[in-house]
Amino acid sequence: MYRYDSFDTRFIAERVAQYRDQVRRRLAGQLTEEEFRPLRLMNGLYLQLHAYMLRIAIPYGTLSSRQLRQLGHIARTWDRGFGHFTTRQNIQFHWIKLEETPDILAALAEVEMHAIQTSGNSFRNTTTDPFAGAAIDEIEDPRPYCEIIRQWSTLHPEFSFLPRKFKIAVSGAANDRAAVRVHDIGLYLRRNAAGEVGFEVLVGGGLGRTPILAETIRDFIPKRDLLSYIEAILRIYNQYGRRDNLYKSRIKILVQSLGIARMRDEVEAEWTAMDHAALALPDEAIAEMAQFFPPPDPAPAPADDDGFGAALETEPGFARWVEQNTAPHKVRGHAIVTISLKEPGLTPGDCTAEQMDLVADLADRYGQGEIRVTHEQNLVLPQIRRVDLPSVWRALGAARLATANVALASNIIACPGLDYCGLANARSIPVAQRLAVALAPREREIGDLQIKISGCINACGHHHVGHIGLLGVDKNGEEFYQITLGGSADANAALGAIVGPAVKSEDVVHSVDTIVDVYLKLRTGGERFPETYRRVGNKPFKDALYAAH
Amino acid sequence: MPLIRNERFVMDTWRHLADDEGVPDAPRLSVSYVRWIEQRNALAMLPASLGVRLPNDVSPQKLAPDLGRLGLIVLTFPRFTDGRAYSQARLLRGRLGFAGELRAEGEVLRDQLLFMRRCGFDAFTVSERAVAEDWLAAFREFDVFYQPAEDREMPVLRRRLEAARRHFTVA
Amino acid sequence: MAESDVKRIVTANRLRDGIPVYRTLDGGWSAAIDDARLVVEEESEALLAEAQSGPPPLPVVAPYLIEARRVEGKVRPLTLREVIRAFGPTI
Repeated sequence: MYRYDSFDTRFIAERVAQYRDQVRRRLAGQLTEEEFRPLRLMNGLYLQLHAYMLRIAIPYGTLSSRQLRQLGHIARTWDRGFGHFTTRQNIQFHWIKLEETPDILAALAEVEMHAIQTSGNSFRNTTTDPFAGAAIDEIEDPRPYCEIIRQWSTLHPEFSFLPRKFKIAVSGAANDRAAVRVHDIGLYLRRNAAGEVGFEVLVGGGLGRTPILAETIRDFIPKRDLLSYIEAILRIYNQYGRRDNLYKSRIKILVQSLGIARMRDEVEAEWTAMDHAALALPDEAIAEMAQFFPPPDPAPAPADDDGFGAALETEPGFARWVEQNTAPHKVRGHAIVTISLKEPGLTPGDCTAEQMDLVADLADRYGQGEIRVTHEQNLVLPQIRRVDLPSVWRALGAARLATANVALASNIIACPGLDYCGLANARSIPVAQRLAVALAPREREIGDLQIKISGCINACGHHHVGHIGLLGVDKNGEEFYQITLGGSADANAALGAIVGPAVKSEDVVHSVDTIVDVYLKLRTGGERFPETYRRVGNKPFKDALYAAH
Repeated sequence: MPLIRNERFVMDTWRHLADDEGVPDAPRLSVSYVRWIEQRNALAMLPASLGVRLPNDVSPQKLAPDLGRLGLIVLTFPRFTDGRAYSQARLLRGRLGFAGELRAEGEVLRDQLLFMRRCGFDAFTVSERAVAEDWLAAFREFDVFYQPAEDREMPVLRRRLEAARRHFTVA
Repeated sequence: MAESDVKRIVTANRLRDGIPVYRTLDGGWSAAIDDARLVVEEESEALLAEAQSGPPPLPVVAPYLIEARRVEGKVRPLTLREVIRAFGPTI
């Protein structure tokens, strides 16, 4: 993992001091709310329904055990004993007091963390594959580039007042586990014909009111030019992105209105005119950053032993959990473990302070002290020896963290919704809870199914890219849910299509059950939901849902 | 309104002419961009130092041929959340090499001053509060900067690179 | 219940900790919605203006009007959003 040096430490101390003074000035009446609001947003502080909400940055979803314990400490000391992991690999606390936030930021700085730019009209968290560095399908580890981008984009003086937020995602593997194509800038590590590794650059993806998939602006850019090229894109966006309409101000709207060809021309012209020396990334710079992300020790761990075999035989839950929640690691004898924060009936993505401590302990004991956060609101231990899996599973089970539902129907992604969020039109958590409980009994029969729920059009639940997406809407004061089908967040990214009129809250479970029934009846040859949907279209689902009752 | 120049409060010695105002006998005159476009030849022949007030939706490239003749360019932040002038400033100061006074006006607030300075601004038109609330302290809030911009600060990226070079060549 | 039962109250979030508060009869702010002062629609703008006035810093952020009813001595907002603000998350 990246470790702060004296520059980073000094910078973060200056930032905490700056913020402490901004809060002082606000509480003293020297700053109006209108002046203060962008400043607190630049430190991740929202004013929500019940209190302030603090969104803490977890850069590209990577945490040390020490950092995770500190998050637990923050939960206990300044919140209500739990936190919520988000679809951008960050963590949120919902019960924060403004007057305590300077102390919270100071506590974060102690462990090399912050809440910088997790909101506001600038760069947000650059996200990546939660299996980075460990997955067998990886071309190259994306994390050094994520860290380089993070630093370059931190308090960037030219781009701190963009038309709107800006989100970058990077993937270094054949399978896209970072939803790259729904980001403002998407980066795929690619090998060109000469065998050189560089980046495919995509631009203009995003969800929300106008969901759009990103398009390729450059097939291949050498690593050396990555930052200067990104800066060129941002300079075009900063100057020409719309500022007259909040709902038309993302870069995706600019790309749609210019067309990708003209956007490319503008960016390439700007890039050509730039002085590249200032932002060039020579090999030494990349090598220096890559030192913080060493590849795993290639020596294989012991082969599966009697303990592992016995657990498989005698504890049926263990076999299911291994099958569902572990993924192959590039080094033989190891596995990547996903910790489910989706026990049916509980709030998806929530984690208590005690659970955080437990996961930190497991990371230290079995996993090099490292934890990841996924954009599906789960946690990952990226490298565990297979022979340790029974112990890890039992410890997780005792803490209600071993639900074997990764990629299954009850692994629902849901935003906090109207129970917490001032932007929401409807609740998402109770819907997620009811659905998870209803579907869990047959989820293994169903197989892979991604259900995603957003409480409003801002789409923090990523419903557009759910196999089944639910969008909460307010119809005359009642909560209704619009259903979309066929979305997908992977490399074959697709946006879901609305199946028909929105349904009442009390009809959601029955509707989703009906959709699942149709899928099970029509699927062939191991098709996952998106493939079946593409083949049979909307009609069978629509007919089943809206047939006269 | 108070003017900050080179991190001190100073008097504004420029006359800022309205579009229909006659040209006075003054050493430093600024005009709007519209007036500059219409009257630049005549204005350029004046003995005065000249300045242009550029809207934030006009490319600085439009002033490129005239930069040698201009002593002042004023860029605007109609709302402090409208950040287009940051890019205009960088282009003028950096790529186009403008060496005169680059001034920010509009909704210029304390917590944006350092960003502006980094982008190449050296003058800031601010509200009366700036004096009472000691806005000059804002310029000293950070001395570590990650990315290169148009000030002379050595960004962290660069400092580390130098260190990395020493490390890798020694080895 | 008749439309005439529907009144207005002023609510905001307290500046220092963000909790929902309601404008009371004595011109203060209470976290308990039952303490809220109800006014008829015609008086509501004046109540809002009064809640927004005062030397900075106001103890609250962004006061606004909402509809509410008094039901058996208790104050109950009309929208689900305001019910959640007043009484907490439903889960």
